[in-house]
Amino acid sequence: MKYLRLIVANLLRSKRRTFLTVFSIAIALFLFCTLRTVITSFEASLRASKATRLVVRHAASLVFPLPLAYRERLAQVPGVTGISYGNWFGGYYQDPKNQFAQFAMDVPTLLDLFPEVVLPTAQAEAFRSERTACIIGGALARKYGWKLGDQVPIIGTIFPGEWRFVVRGIYTGQTKDVDENTLFFHWDYLNESLPEGRRNFVGIYWLRIASPDLAASVSGRVDAIFENSPQPTKTETEKAFQAGFISMIGNVQLLLTIIGSAIVFAIMLVTINTMMMAARERTREIAVLKTLGFSDGLILRLVGGEALFLSLLGGALGCGLAALVFRESDFTAGGFFPNFRVLPETVLLGLLLAAIMGFLSGVAPAVQAARLEIASALRKVA
Amino acid sequence: MAIPLAYNLRNLSARKVSTVLTALGIGLVSWVFIFTLALAGGFQSALQATGSPTNAIVIRNGSTAELTSIVARDAAASIESQPEIARAPDGTPLATHELVVLWNLKRKNGTPANVVVRGVTAKSVALRPKIHLVEGRMFRPGLEEVVVGKLAQARIAHCALGDRIKLAGRQWSIVGVFDAQGTAFDSEIWGDVELFMPVFDRPVYQSVTLRLDEPSHFGALRKRLEADPRMSVQVKHEDEFYAAQSATLAALLRGLGLFVTLVMALGAIFGALNTMYAAVGSRTKEIGTLLALGFSRGSILTSFLIESVLLATLGGLLGSLMTLPVNGITTSTMNFASFSEIAFRFQVTPSMLLSGMIFAAVMGALGGFFPSRKAARRVIVEALREA
Repeated sequence: MKYLRLIVANLLRSKRRTFLTVFSIAIALFLFCTLRTVITSFEASLRASKATRLVVRHAASLVFPLPLAYRERLAQVPGVTGISYGNWFGGYYQDPKNQFAQFAMDVPTLLDLFPEVVLPTAQAEAFRSERTACIIGGALARKYGWKLGDQVPIIGTIFPGEWRFVVRGIYTGQTKDVDENTLFFHWDYLNESLPEGRRNFVGIYWLRIASPDLAASVSGRVDAIFENSPQPTKTETEKAFQAGFISMIGNVQLLLTIIGSAIVFAIMLVTINTMMMAARERTREIAVLKTLGFSDGLILRLVGGEALFLSLLGGALGCGLAALVFRESDFTAGGFFPNFRVLPETVLLGLLLAAIMGFLSGVAPAVQAARLEIASALRKVA
Repeated sequence: MAIPLAYNLRNLSARKVSTVLTALGIGLVSWVFIFTLALAGGFQSALQATGSPTNAIVIRNGSTAELTSIVARDAAASIESQPEIARAPDGTPLATHELVVLWNLKRKNGTPANVVVRGVTAKSVALRPKIHLVEGRMFRPGLEEVVVGKLAQARIAHCALGDRIKLAGRQWSIVGVFDAQGTAFDSEIWGDVELFMPVFDRPVYQSVTLRLDEPSHFGALRKRLEADPRMSVQVKHEDEFYAAQSATLAALLRGLGLFVTLVMALGAIFGALNTMYAAVGSRTKEIGTLLALGFSRGSILTSFLIESVLLATLGGLLGSLMTLPVNGITTSTMNFASFSEIAFRFQVTPSMLLSGMIFAAVMGALGGFFPSRKAARRVIVEALREA
C-alpha cells in the first residue's frame, strides 16, 4: 500500500505518544497471554492424556484405595492390553511449600503403559533394578539441581516419615504437554515399608485398551464386576478423569477470563482516547489533505489504518514477549502450573484481539475525520 | 499563589469524552486490583475463621491435613482425658473425635466435586460456636441421617431438606441445614461418627478437637501429647491449622493479583501520560496566559498534577464502586491442602477500597508528573506565540 509511508510518518511525528500507546497495548496483550496460559496450563494434562488409557479408582474418591487383588481380574477384562498401578504419595521436599507430584508406581509396567515418559535405556535399567531408586522429570531436576545418583529426601504426609530415594533417571516428556515435574518410585518399596494392615492397596489402576472405541464398553464392564463389592470402582478415560480434576478447581477459568477482559477493555479505552486526541490535533492537516483531493474513504482508511498498525505492533510485542519469557523459564508458580507455556493458539488469539482493539479504537476518529468539512475545519483552527 | 481548583474541574468537564475514557481505564485497573484482593481475602478468611484460637486440634505427626491423618480409638480416648480440656456444663470434657472422608458428589451443574463428609459427635457443634442450625433439626445418632452446610446445600445436587443422598452405598436423609458463617464447615456434610466408621469402613478417627480450659495451657498439653510415643501426634491451635491450609493458595492469588495489577498499572500510567501530554499541548496558550498573570511555575506544576490525580481518583472511585456488586458473591475452589471443595465469598473490605483509591491516585500522580513539569517549564513569550 503506497500510503503506508504516510501512516508511518504520522506515527513518527509524535514519537512519545506512539511509544506510550504501543507499549500500553503490548502490556495488555502480555497480560492477556499470561492469564490465558494459566488456563491452558491447567488443561495440559488433558492434551497429554491418551485416548487408549483408562483410569480405575474407588467410586467414592481417590482417598479410598483398591485391593491389589483387583489387578488379576482387571487384566482379564476383554479389550485390556496392559495394566499398571500406583499410589499418590503426597509428600514434600524440605518444606510443605515445595509441592510436586510423587507417585509410587509398579515399575515393570510404568514405562510400558506411559510411553510419553522418555528415559534412556541405561537409566531405565538402573531404575528397575534398585529398590529405592526413583526417576524425576527434567524440569524438576533443573528446579532443585538434582543429578543422577543424588539422594532425595521426601517427607510423607500420607505415609509418615522421611523417605530417601536415589535418582537413577531423569525423564523427558515425549511432547511439551507432558508434565516434567513428577517423581516416580517403586510401589513395592512403599508397600513393603508399610505396616501389615495397610499393605497391598492401590490408589489408581491404569488400563491400556486396544482401541479408543472400546473405552465405554471396557469401563462399563470393569465397574459392573466390582459394583457390589465393598470397594466399587469408577472407570473412565484418562481425559475424563483429568477433566473431572480440573473442574474441581472451580471457577478459576471464569475469574481469569473476567480479569483478562477487564485488562483488555481498560487498555482499549485508553487507546481510543489517544487516537481521538491524535485526530483532533490534526484537524487542520486532514482538512488540507482533503483540499488536495484525498477522498473521504481514503482519509477513513488512513486514520483507521494508523490505529490498526499501532495495535498490531503492540500486540506482536506483547504476545512475543510472553511467549519468550515463559518458554525457557520453567516457571511453575510453586508447583501449581507444572506446564506453563504459551501455546501458538494463545498468540494468535492475542493478535486477533489486538486487531479488534485497533479497529474499535480507530473507528470513531476515522469516521470523524472522513466527515470533516473542509471549510469549517480550516476556519476553526486558523 | 495557587491556581483555583475550579480551573481543573472546568478543564476536566470541558473534555468529557477524554476524561471519562481515561478515568474508566484507570478505574478498571483499580477494579482488578480490588477484585483479586477480595478473592484472596475471601478464601483466606473462610479458612482462617474456621478455626478458633481457644481450640486445639490433634492430628497424626507428619500430616498437613485431616484427610491424611489417623488417630486410633485408644489414642483419642487418652487425648480426651487430658486435664487441660475445658468442661461442658455436665462435667464431661469439651472434646470431639471426628472422621473425615472425601466423597465425590455432583454439583448442581453436573460437574464433580470432592465434598468433605465429617463424622461428628454431640460435642462437635459445641466446640464450634459459629455453627447453628437454620433449617430442620440435628441428625439422630445411629440413624442414617445427615445435616449439610449452607454452602454445600446451595452448590451440591440433592442437598435440600428432605432429600436423600447416597453415600457409601446407603441412602441418607437430609434432616437439617446448618450455617457456619462462611467457614470451611459450610461446605461439609455431617453425620454420626460412630455410624460412619463401620459404614465407611474406617477403623480410626482423623482428628481430635478440644477446647482448652486456659489458653496458656496449650504448651503443656502439646508437650505431653507430642512426647507420648504410643500415639505419635502433633497438636496445633485450630485457627493456625486452618490458616496454614490457605497460605499457599492465598499467596498465589495475591501474587497473581499483584503481578497483573502492577503490570496493568504501567499500561494505565502510559495512558494517563498520553492524556496529560495532550492536555498540556492543547492548552499551551492558557499556560502562557497563566504565567503572564504572574502564577509561579510551582503553582502551574501543582495545578496540572492535581488535575491528573483528580482524574485518576475519579477513576479509582468508579472502579471501587464497580467492585461493590462483587462483594458477597459465592464461588468455590479446591482447597489444595485437602483436595476438597471449599466455597467462599468475595470479601470487599473498606481498606481494600481505600487501597484501590490510593493506587489510582498514585497512578495519576506518576502519569501526571512529566507532563506537568513540561507545562511549568514553558517560556511565556513562546507559549503565547504558539497556535
